[in-house]
Amino acid sequence: MSNAYTTVIGLEVHVQLATQSKLFCRCSTRFGAEPNTQTCPVCIGMPGTLPVMNREAFCLALKTAVALNCKIPEFTKWDRKQYYYPDLPKGYQISQFDLPMSENGYLEISDPKGSFEPKRVSIIRAHLEEDAGKSVHDEIAAKGDSLIDLNRTGTPLLEIVSEPDLRSSLEARIFLNELKLLLTYLGVSDCNMQEGSLRVDANVNLHVPTQGESVPTPIVEIKNMNSFRAVERALDYEAARQYQQWQETHQTLGNAPKQTRGWDEPAGVTRGQRSKEESSDYRYFPDPDLVPVTVTPDELEELRDSLGELPAALGRRLTEQHGLSQYDAQVLVNQGRPLVNYFLEVIELGTDSKAAANWVTQEVLRQLKDREETIEQFNVPPDALAELIAKIKSGDIPSTRGREVFEVMSGAGQTVAQAMDALAIAEVDLSDLSSLCEKLLATNPKIVADVQNGKLKAIGSLIGQAKKQNPNVTPDQVRETCLQMILSQGQQ
Amino acid sequence: MSISRADVVKVSLLARLQLTDEQLNEMTEQLGQIVGYVEQLGEVPTEGVQPMAHAIELRNAFAEDVAQASLSCGEALENAPHHSDEGYLVPAVLGD
Amino acid sequence: MSLVHLTATEQKRLLSTGEISSLQLTETYLDRIATHDGRVGAFLRISADSARRRAQEIDARRRAGQPVGKLAGLPIAVKDVLCQRGERTTCGSRMLEEFCPPYSATVIEKLLAEDAVLIGRTNMDEFAMGGSTENSAFQQTHNPWDLQRTPGGSSGGSAACVAASMAPLSIGTDTGGSIRQPAAFCGVVGLKPTYGRVSRFGLVAFASSLDQVGPVAQTVEDAALLLEVIAGHDPRDETSLPEPVPAFSASVGKPLENLRLGVVPDHFAAGLDSEVEAAVRAAIETYAGMGATIKEIALPHAKYAVATYYVIAPSEASSNLARYDGVHYGYRTDEPAMLAELQAERKQLAAEGKQAAVEELDSALVRMYRRTRAEGFGPEVKRRIMLGTYALSAGYYDAYYLKALKVRRLIRQDFNRAFEEVDLIASPVTAAPAFRLGEMVNDPLAMYLVDLYTVSANLAGIPGISLPCGQTSAGLPIGLQLLAPALEEDRLLRGARMVEQATEWHTQRTPNLD
Repeated sequence: MSNAYTTVIGLEVHVQLATQSKLFCRCSTRFGAEPNTQTCPVCIGMPGTLPVMNREAFCLALKTAVALNCKIPEFTKWDRKQYYYPDLPKGYQISQFDLPMSENGYLEISDPKGSFEPKRVSIIRAHLEEDAGKSVHDEIAAKGDSLIDLNRTGTPLLEIVSEPDLRSSLEARIFLNELKLLLTYLGVSDCNMQEGSLRVDANVNLHVPTQGESVPTPIVEIKNMNSFRAVERALDYEAARQYQQWQETHQTLGNAPKQTRGWDEPAGVTRGQRSKEESSDYRYFPDPDLVPVTVTPDELEELRDSLGELPAALGRRLTEQHGLSQYDAQVLVNQGRPLVNYFLEVIELGTDSKAAANWVTQEVLRQLKDREETIEQFNVPPDALAELIAKIKSGDIPSTRGREVFEVMSGAGQTVAQAMDALAIAEVDLSDLSSLCEKLLATNPKIVADVQNGKLKAIGSLIGQAKKQNPNVTPDQVRETCLQMILSQGQQ
Repeated sequence: MSISRADVVKVSLLARLQLTDEQLNEMTEQLGQIVGYVEQLGEVPTEGVQPMAHAIELRNAFAEDVAQASLSCGEALENAPHHSDEGYLVPAVLGD
Repeated sequence: MSLVHLTATEQKRLLSTGEISSLQLTETYLDRIATHDGRVGAFLRISADSARRRAQEIDARRRAGQPVGKLAGLPIAVKDVLCQRGERTTCGSRMLEEFCPPYSATVIEKLLAEDAVLIGRTNMDEFAMGGSTENSAFQQTHNPWDLQRTPGGSSGGSAACVAASMAPLSIGTDTGGSIRQPAAFCGVVGLKPTYGRVSRFGLVAFASSLDQVGPVAQTVEDAALLLEVIAGHDPRDETSLPEPVPAFSASVGKPLENLRLGVVPDHFAAGLDSEVEAAVRAAIETYAGMGATIKEIALPHAKYAVATYYVIAPSEASSNLARYDGVHYGYRTDEPAMLAELQAERKQLAAEGKQAAVEELDSALVRMYRRTRAEGFGPEVKRRIMLGTYALSAGYYDAYYLKALKVRRLIRQDFNRAFEEVDLIASPVTAAPAFRLGEMVNDPLAMYLVDLYTVSANLAGIPGISLPCGQTSAGLPIGLQLLAPALEEDRLLRGARMVEQATEWHTQRTPNLD
């Protein structure tokens, strides 16, 4: 973060909605198909074809907009955005212009490490549109031609546009993480940047304090960032580059055209893109083939009720109702609802929430990571973990051996009892304990004398000896039993 | 009011039409006449009138989200003027 | 009397009793086409073999006592603007000269489901833009009543083939009058349904909010039969109306009682041909004689209809035709020639030291688009694309496109008000009978003004019919137009049938060809 300037960032996120079929036709949207095997006359834009809106796509979009706290107008329509490009077969993209399905929402972000104050990032609008195809430039096979694959054409996209409320690359990355988490909880998208189901463009400029005023520099659009990490790196690079540019040219917003730059990941720089096409006049007008859509207040109410608990609310419940630290709550929530549910079941069975949180965020997550499993596939059900924690607390399992037991349970899929057996951890027979302690006291007269003289802590050194002879004894058992014996001895 | 030749040149790019000088001249004149004619719409009072983009009042026409068979690659490319086995070919689009 | 001079309804009866076979009927029409279409030029392509096969197959089923469809065995011609799987669908344009769609329009599927015999594809103005069929890239269709005159357009081929008895029924499309006007010029019946009554899936789009597919026939009764088959909701078309289709053919013969017929005085202003006026007034008198009440009504915004139409239609067309870019289907310019042209331009400009101009030169891709579209489209299509692009462009959208949409609503409101007082509106179809070939080609605006009586129905989305109501002294047909409120095709057909039955105009035959 620099004091010489403020970085101002707005993000435009395109989310591919997780429908079975495309937005306006019934071609599959499955990722990874051979080129041009998932097209039909409608998405190829053949003469005479007509679009028909996918109901599920609209529902998923609406769910997302509601979860982003947007205002949902009662009436919405689609418009044609017209431009020529080989991956846009109709010569226009069906999108939304002046009456989008949602606007004026927000997403709250915060940093557990406290680098910035929790804040609300405003969402200008979220609207539903169709994706274009792909063009591939292949010098060798296509001999200087571009190859067009229309598989992706017509895939439903939700375009989410934020206000330029973000002030650092970190805020941007956290915003994207929160957004992805929300979308995952809603089940509306795979959010996989590698597969292209989530794409990000950024608009960046600087506000430079100059002679008592804050002067804005020209806005630059950054494209081609393929991961959240790349977004962060690109924004860092771009801020520095823009500041240098400012120092050289003193160009301000308004007296330079809006630039588009592409992020070059291997080189770690942004490069200006030659946008030679006329600064596009998209000639938007209402699509005559699509009828408008109305959403009634009742339908909205029903939708809101069906959303389920979202990450922010879930996190608050964990911290406020169950006393988790914000850090622990975030770790759990970030792993997804199934893991949170697992955690909740464990404490439902009476487990202390702090102990449960520790076990789940550390041991359970470690096992899941090592085994590359999901919580649904995990060998240790909530009640087994609860039992384990309880037995450690009661001393049945020495706390130092807790993890061992857990590893046997998760590895071999065994119950607590079975694992304890396998590790020969048994409840110590009380007569064994007595005889053991008698023996210890007999062989350690000095310690007995120390204790009798008031140095109760001296018992400690007996514990190690006791464990060597019987690993199943717990420190507390040894201490208590020996103390009692010494005291009763003393009374004799 | 007529259209300027410069306007016509600009529109011809937006419309992706290549016009010869002669065609540009003719188009300027003809479009000028037509635009001059349609300009009379300006004299109609339309304060508070809702634009009518559709001839029907339908709302909420949806299709269910069920994937169906697509065309095969061969069928899709059958009408393409220039294509490889995999897809449509066009003169290179720079900056991809 | 030749089979071809029977109405489709009469032919249907003879087919159902077995008095004639579909093969016989089809062969008769194929003969007729072979004899006359050389001069008329209504057909772009004739499907003789497949038509014969279809006819035989339907005859066999009928003989075996199996159920057959409502149009079973009747030959039908289709305007070359409806996609038909495996058939070339050219829209009268070089752009789609080789295009062979892998799917069929809903209308085509419905015709086939009712066992129609599709006999051929008819000529049209390119992409349905025009009023004379002179804009076809392939051939000129001639008016069967006077071969030196146009059959009208854009469904000129569909109207001419029925008028010349080369098909008992045909399918046309109407965006601003393209069924009704050629029907009037050719002395046949043509109907534009309520917008949304017939599916547009598979209809190559010209102006999406105005286009409708409709029947062309010799009589109103025949038109009712064909409309009944092609109408109906289609889930593949969002703008398709959910209302069920009444049995038009069953009720068409029932006259309308207490008919209130509206007449617009402004329609009879100066500029209307006196013979057309006389014929239309005579038809209106006929209604009066049958007990109808004739009422004067006003359509105050009617005078703006052509201007409104010629903003909205080209705007939508400019967008609908953007897909013709030579990339995915259709015509593409000769690439090597295109590259050579660019190369030469670059050299020339460089030699002249015009570096800036070199920078501004089209990229290869842009030049490919521009040449493809310049070569693939005819002048009228280019004109309308330019007009529409202009009307939608930044700075002009509000003044032209948006303004036109508002005036459109006023035009519709005029009709709503009028139909509170009357049941049908009668008017001329055109201000003059069929004009001579070449007469209007140099005056696009004059050509647009021919549409003045027909465009309002498309703008308002209401149904309209044209039927013959007279002839000029030169023997040219004159048409009467009737308009009805949305979804009232039944009323429209019954009303039209009344005057048809009271006169003999529908029995007139083209003198040249018989």
